[in-house]
Order: sequence, then structure tokens, then C-alpha cells
Amino acid sequence: MSTVISVESLWKKYRLGVVGTGTLRHDLNRWWHRVRGKPDPYAMVGQTSSPSPISHFPSPASSAPSELADDEIWALCDISFTVKRGEILGIIGRNGAGKSTLLKILSRVTAPTSGEVKVKGRIASLLEVGTGFHPELTGRENIFLNGAILGMTKAEIWRKLDEIIAFAEVEKYIDTPVKRYSSGMYVRLAFAVAAHLDPEILIVDEVLAVGDAAFQKKCLGKMGDVARGGRTVLFVSHNMTAVKTLCSRGVLLDQGAIQVSGEISDVVNAYIRGNARNVTGQEWATPESAPGTDDFRFKSVKLVVPDRGETNHLTVKTAFDIVIELWVSRPASVNLSLPLSLISGEVVFVVASPAKDLAAGVARYVCHVPADLLNDGAYMLSVLVVADGEVRSRLPEALTFEVHEVARTGHWMGKWPGFVRPQMRWNCEQLPANSQP
Amino acid sequence: MIIRPKTGWFDLHLADLWRYRDLMMLFVWRDFAAQYKQTVLGPLWYLLQPLFTTLLFTLIFGRIANLPTDGLPQMLFYMAGVTSWSYFADCLSRTSATFIQNAGIFGKVYFPRLTAPLSMVISNLIKFGIQFALFLGFLAWYWFQGSPVHPNLAIALTPLLLIIMAALGLGCGIIVSSLTTKYRDLQILVGFGVQLAMYATPIIYPMSIFPNASRWILLLNPMAPIVETFRYAYLGAGEFCWPYLACSAAITAVILSIGILLFNHVEKTFMDTV
Repeated sequence: MSTVISVESLWKKYRLGVVGTGTLRHDLNRWWHRVRGKPDPYAMVGQTSSPSPISHFPSPASSAPSELADDEIWALCDISFTVKRGEILGIIGRNGAGKSTLLKILSRVTAPTSGEVKVKGRIASLLEVGTGFHPELTGRENIFLNGAILGMTKAEIWRKLDEIIAFAEVEKYIDTPVKRYSSGMYVRLAFAVAAHLDPEILIVDEVLAVGDAAFQKKCLGKMGDVARGGRTVLFVSHNMTAVKTLCSRGVLLDQGAIQVSGEISDVVNAYIRGNARNVTGQEWATPESAPGTDDFRFKSVKLVVPDRGETNHLTVKTAFDIVIELWVSRPASVNLSLPLSLISGEVVFVVASPAKDLAAGVARYVCHVPADLLNDGAYMLSVLVVADGEVRSRLPEALTFEVHEVARTGHWMGKWPGFVRPQMRWNCEQLPANSQP
Repeated sequence: MIIRPKTGWFDLHLADLWRYRDLMMLFVWRDFAAQYKQTVLGPLWYLLQPLFTTLLFTLIFGRIANLPTDGLPQMLFYMAGVTSWSYFADCLSRTSATFIQNAGIFGKVYFPRLTAPLSMVISNLIKFGIQFALFLGFLAWYWFQGSPVHPNLAIALTPLLLIIMAALGLGCGIIVSSLTTKYRDLQILVGFGVQLAMYATPIIYPMSIFPNASRWILLLNPMAPIVETFRYAYLGAGEFCWPYLACSAAITAVILSIGILLFNHVEKTFMDTV
């Protein structure tokens, strides 16, 4: 089969922090200092790089295109792979591994620093549904606008118009401005346009896909159709079950480099092994370096076992606390939502805190997780900050930890099945002999 | 298709631009349709703007400051200047915000970036058309009144004037928009700069108030011969000579070329800096 995408030693450099100083005066001043051989007047004293989880990557002298300055990182280093027609390639990796950067380069939103990608055919991405929708225009008008932005010609859109409208199930409202649409209708319409693009190469980024379960299912279904039709799909996901089911080959990215590529099962196994690395506490020194949004930034996320303090050893018999501290800069009624999932992606449960009115400052939330709840295995915990009914900040994969087995009594010594291993209250008694009929 | 790091300065992908012509026209139509939905007067606003500017100029520069108008009715004199100038000014200020305004969309999908500023130039043409019709209406009225206006054959140059104005506005606009990806200050400067430039162009005064010896200074401003030619064509008074116009066209060509090269150079990586 023919190769449709071939990526050859792709490098991408990013500068950390503020690019330039944003104003002409500073840059001129900086230039003037450089001309006179003086140090940069705007460089911070003792400035060290890499506040982000992506580290400086030591670039092999042979293929490294250029040196890194202090405030630069390689978001991608020396990525090479090929994809054949009709293949579904899974791209996996933790947050910050470079998946989005790779997709951005493939969809030509930004250019690589060095290296080359050869692509045969049109690329469409299902990650950005609804790009260019104008709230004042009607559904029908937006179909044309959005379709054209995604690369369709007007004639093509005319041909598919009825099909798109039917798929989106918005016939009745097609001449209403989309600003009056419910969010569900909006997403359906946007998705319908993207789904009818008939691209040779489809990029699906599940992480960014918004919408409910039915919508996600539609996304996945469409992906299968596309591949069966002899086209190519690049699938980015954290859900290892979905990746394993759908993809034949995969690429595992870590810190911008390809760690493993090949058979999907090998790649997924490598990812799970790599992720089992425990992160049972994260802390940020200043709000500026912390993840989150301007309103809410994460100060720390930790697992604490009462009496033992911070820990990285948990068993199925350990009760522990999840302690989350937030910097709040805008007062709001806030509750946290904690999705806990297996390392392979399946959500075990989501636990939500009660809402609390927070003033600006630091707030602490503690969630007590009882013993005898989680099964043994590797888990990851994400944190969502919900204020006034909206998700304001999120920290995906904030913690990854393992729950260990304890010595068991009984005969069965294999892996205890199930997502959870709760202890339930039992009543066991021998009934008196005369109660029998 | 091959994706490479920054390609040469002259790798312009103009064929791509042609392939996306439908998108360009849809952008034009979106600008027009979206701007006036839920407004009471709709496109009538296009008429009020030059009308009030003209009235204001007539009052201040005509009646109070008593600037000469080459013997033309003051209303018509100012309206000719305002109509042609505002097309250029709109092109410039709208296209100068290209990258900042479209950062959201540019960051998600690829399409030839030049479609955005080009569509603005075209949609401004609609606005110009409406304002131009207003000007013609006034012209006809004055003409029937027997005012000393003499529309002449130079009217045939109108498309050429429009092309030069569009190219000049686009060129300046995309130079600014390319620079604003790094220097936001320029954005603020644009509105102010356009206003200043208007006074450096014979809008409120005729070119003839300059003595012949120092008239070459006006030639540095490529808009000056255009406004003068426009006025000459429709009103029959003003400066019209080919070398002036050629000079303006040449400067425009240089600015537009620089603009396109710069824009093309910036568009590939601006997402990383904006």
C-alpha cells in the first residue's frame, strides 16, 4: 500500500515565556544594548529555563538543527514515521509530550523548525469543530462559511448541503442564527460539516473533542467509516481501550521524541508501563508558574495518608486523602470535580465536592478516600475546577499512583477482577433448622 | 504536498489562493451580512459616515478656515476627497488587524492567510460603491444646478485608481499586521497614523495651493495624485498628469510587494508568537 504521510526528522523549537517583550520600545532598547555589547536589560537575574514539564532535550549533535538558547525547548525532536493508506495510526503520550504540536504541524497551522513532512491528499481535523462559526449568521450560512474554511468549494457544499443538515438534525432551525442554538445543536452542526469533508486524511483528537458520549461515539464511528473507505486516520487519545480497538499501529511520544512505534499493543503497553511511574504530589511555587487559568491556579495536588504524611505507597487497605490547594484570584462559588480513571483510560468514577463560596486567596479541598474502595492497579486522577456551573480550570493527569495488593486470605491468588474492590456490609447467619419447610 | 520549515521568501503559494477563492467571497459576504444584522439602519450607515464628514469639513475648512477648493462647490470638493480617501483608509485599517483578529481561526485551520485581508479589501469595495453612488447623486444634482463641474474622460481611469488604492491599502495593512504579531503598539498607531496621513493628502485642500517648486513633496505620498486624479475626473478641476500617477503606482507596487513577502514570511510561524 502506498504511503500517504511521511514525516522525516521533524524538529520544532518553542520559546518559553513571553516572546519578545511585546513592545517595540523594549526591543529597540534591547537591540541598542546588544550593539554596545551590554547585557540584555530585560533578562531576569538568575533566570533559569523550563518551568514547564517538558524538559530541555539534549539534542544529538549529528541531527540537531541548531543550538538551543536558554529559554527555548524542543517540543518535537527528530520525529520520523510513515503512515500508509487506509491505516489508523494511534498517537499517544502524556500531556506535553508533543502530540498537539505534531498535529499542528501536520495541519499546517505552524511550521516545523526543521525536517519535512510529505502529505498526499487533503487533511481534515475533527479536533476543531465549529471553527469560524459566526454567531450572527444562520445555520445554513455557517455551513457554507465553515465548509469553505475547511477547504470545500461552494459547489461541493451545495451538493452535500441536504445531507449535512439531515445529519445534524437541525432542519427546523437551519435559518435561525446559530447564536440561538443550544450547545448540542451547535456541536452537531459543526461536526456534520467536518464529517462531510471527505478528506483523504482525518485527524481526530479525542482529548479536545467536546460534547457528550453520543457525540464522541459519532466521532469514533465516523473514524471507522473513513478508514474502511480506504482513507487514513490519525487518532490521538488517552483512552487506551479505544486506541487498542481501533488502531493497528501506534506512535508513543515522550518529551517530544518518539519512544516506541510499531504494533499498537506494544505501544500501548509501553505507555502503560511508563505511566505507572508514580506522581503522588505536585506543587508549584508561584501562581505564575502554576497551571490553570487566571481565575484559578493550582498550588498543589497531593496524596496524603493520615498519620504518615505524603506518601507514594498505597494499598487496597489504605485510607488516604487527596489534598488540592488553589490560588483563587476571583471570588466565586467553586466546586471541584475529580475524575479517577485507570491508567488505560477507563473512568472508574467521578467525585464532586460540594460548592463553596471562595474569596480571593488560597483554598484547600480535601477528599477522603476510604480504605477498601480501589482495586489494585494504576490510576490517574484529574482535577476540574467548576465555578458557577462552568469548568474554569483543569489539570488532567494531575496524579498517577499505584494501589498495591495486600496479602490475601483465601484460595484465589490471581488478579482481583473489577475496577473497584469495595467492602460491603454482609449479614451471614445460619438459619434455625425448624424454619425449613 | 510538502510541509517544510520556513521556505524561501518568494515561495508565495498564489495558486493556493486561487483555489480558495470561494472562501474569499464567503468572507466578503460574511463581513457584509454579519455587520448589519440587528442594526436598524443597516447599510445606510455607509451613507451617513461620508455625509457627516463632508458636512463637517465644509463647515470647518470651507466656511471657517476658508481654504480654497479650486473653484469647485465645497460640498462636492470635500466629498470627492472623503469618498476616495475612506476607501484607502478602510482597506488599511481593516487589513492591519488581520493576524490579531483572526488568531483564533488561524490557530486551528490552515487556509491561505492572504484570503483574510484580500476579502476585506473586496468587502470595502461594496462600501465604497455605496458611498460612490451617494457622491454621484450629489454630482448630478450640482450639475443640473449649473455648477462649474466638468466630468470628463478621465473617469475611465476610475478602475485603475481603485486598484492602486486597494493595493496600497492592502500593502500598508499587511505590513502593519505582520509587524503587530510581535509589536502590538503598531495597532494603536494605525488609527492615529491614518488620520494624520489624511492631512498630508490633498483632501481638505487642493494640490494647487502648493507652489510648483515644492509640489514634488506631495509625490512622496502615493495617495495624493490618486485623490487629485479622482477629483479631476469627476469635477474637472485639479492636478492630473501621467507621471504623477505612474510614480504613485510604482510606490504602491513596491509597498505591496514588501507587504506580501513579509506577510508570507510571518504567516507560517506567527501562531508561536502571537
